[in-house]
Amino acid sequence: MSQVTEYSAKVLDHFSNPRNVGEIENASGVGTVGNAKCGDIMRMYLDIDENNVVREAKFKTFGCGAAIATSSMATELVKGKTVQEALEVTNKAVMEALDGLPPIKIHCSLLAEQAIHAALWDYAEKNGIVIEGLKPPVNDIDETEEFYQMNGEG
Amino acid sequence: MDKFIYMDNAATTKVDPEVLETMLPYFCEEYGNPSSAYSFSGKIAVKVGEAREVIANAIGAKKTEIYFTGGGSESDNWAIKGVADALSKKGNHIITTSIEHHAVLHTCEFLEKHGYEVTYLPVDDKGFVDPKAVETAIKPTTILISVMFANNEIGTVEPIAEIGKIAHEHGILFHTDAVQAFGHLPINVDEMNIDLLSSSAHKINGPKGVGFLYVRTGVKLSNLIHGGAQEYNKRAGTTNAAGILGFAKATELAVSEMDKVISYETSLRDRLIKKVLEEIPYSRVNGDLKKRLSNNANFCFKFVEGESLLILLDQNGICASSGSACTSGSLDPSHVLLAIGLPHEIAHGSVRLTLSKETTEEDIDYVVETLKKTVERLRSMSPLYEDFVKKNEVK
Repeated sequence: MSQVTEYSAKVLDHFSNPRNVGEIENASGVGTVGNAKCGDIMRMYLDIDENNVVREAKFKTFGCGAAIATSSMATELVKGKTVQEALEVTNKAVMEALDGLPPIKIHCSLLAEQAIHAALWDYAEKNGIVIEGLKPPVNDIDETEEFYQMNGEG
Repeated sequence: MDKFIYMDNAATTKVDPEVLETMLPYFCEEYGNPSSAYSFSGKIAVKVGEAREVIANAIGAKKTEIYFTGGGSESDNWAIKGVADALSKKGNHIITTSIEHHAVLHTCEFLEKHGYEVTYLPVDDKGFVDPKAVETAIKPTTILISVMFANNEIGTVEPIAEIGKIAHEHGILFHTDAVQAFGHLPINVDEMNIDLLSSSAHKINGPKGVGFLYVRTGVKLSNLIHGGAQEYNKRAGTTNAAGILGFAKATELAVSEMDKVISYETSLRDRLIKKVLEEIPYSRVNGDLKKRLSNNANFCFKFVEGESLLILLDQNGICASSGSACTSGSLDPSHVLLAIGLPHEIAHGSVRLTLSKETTEEDIDYVVETLKKTVERLRSMSPLYEDFVKKNEVK
């Protein structure tokens, strides 16, 4: 199975030219989801203004082509939205905006949705507010020490 | 012209023009069924016999010990299921390794569902099977030992002669999956104590869809493909004359050029490994540096994932493969990389580059440059790299 031919043109575009890669210093909310063991980790940074509008969104992702493309699309979709609206950016919305994903990559869009939720949760916690309908993120990141101590030849 | 660098020769190879030329007459002109009675077909049967001889000679076997099949996977299935069935009264235990190709592993798993017992031997951090561990695993019920000649992912060449010797000392049949080794490394079935050997044409610039199984005279092997009397009554199916003649031609070429190709590929492979380790931080080479297929290089790049790396390489005209979960279609990364002790997260960042005699030094340098750029780019968007850098800043 060829990865390249299974992806839509939009997925490949967002993978090759990802939007909003990077970090936001002193972000209003940061959320990291996924698991290095499974091969995907997404981190989303949100900058939210006093009117509860997402002014800026950035991401960093370790993962396959679909993971990077869904992160990129998710940041595009939440930008300019209110917190409540951002909460409604579902995995389905991310997938549709990318003209679909191969079946085995659907979990990447779920991860993107979770990343948005995790960043919003962090924002709510930092500000002592409750966002209606937002559940606490499941943090299953497995960053073993081993990962940082890889020894190779030479 | 756009760059195109094919570095996935362990997946398949280009058909050599001489091989194609050998095959072409057998499609529209000499299309007879070699099993037919008339001379139009008989002369093709003679050619197939000559091809069998060429292949037998390449491994020090007899012509009557070579059975053509539909490829490496069929040969592996046949060897294992065929011995399991033929010797079912003698025992039900098979010894193999945890780094075999799926054609062996999944066949063994199938047999486990049918009452057979399989021992999957571990390997060390370079991918070597310990012959002593093979001996220790032997039971009174052991009927077959199957160890691959050379690993398809990390290129490690196993101590086949030693393992074969142990098998024979205990009166047990020894099979080796030599799909990556045949035509690439010298093989002698007598000196190496091999009873059954699987091979495939398309890994040595031959056509796809043809392989052979070597079966030592006297070895009891049940049939896998039932039907007509082809292949000495052991493997049914209309003889693939074009494929077999192409395979024999490819074998002839591979054997005659073997020493030259090994030394050429080895120097390029070592250049590739050296440059990658020197120029790309947090990279490692998987497998052994010496006892390794001359065309195989396999790396892990920390903090990046293999599939995204492959797509970027593809966009730069480079064909490579990876052991990441995303490229295997399962949730786990390569079973071989896990077997040599790599944690999942490192195994996800693997890339295999397999060269050919057509690879040039310029190709190697371009691949290293491109790898360096793409790994850097993916790291710049990796949260794992971000954490790593921050962690080191604090220190």
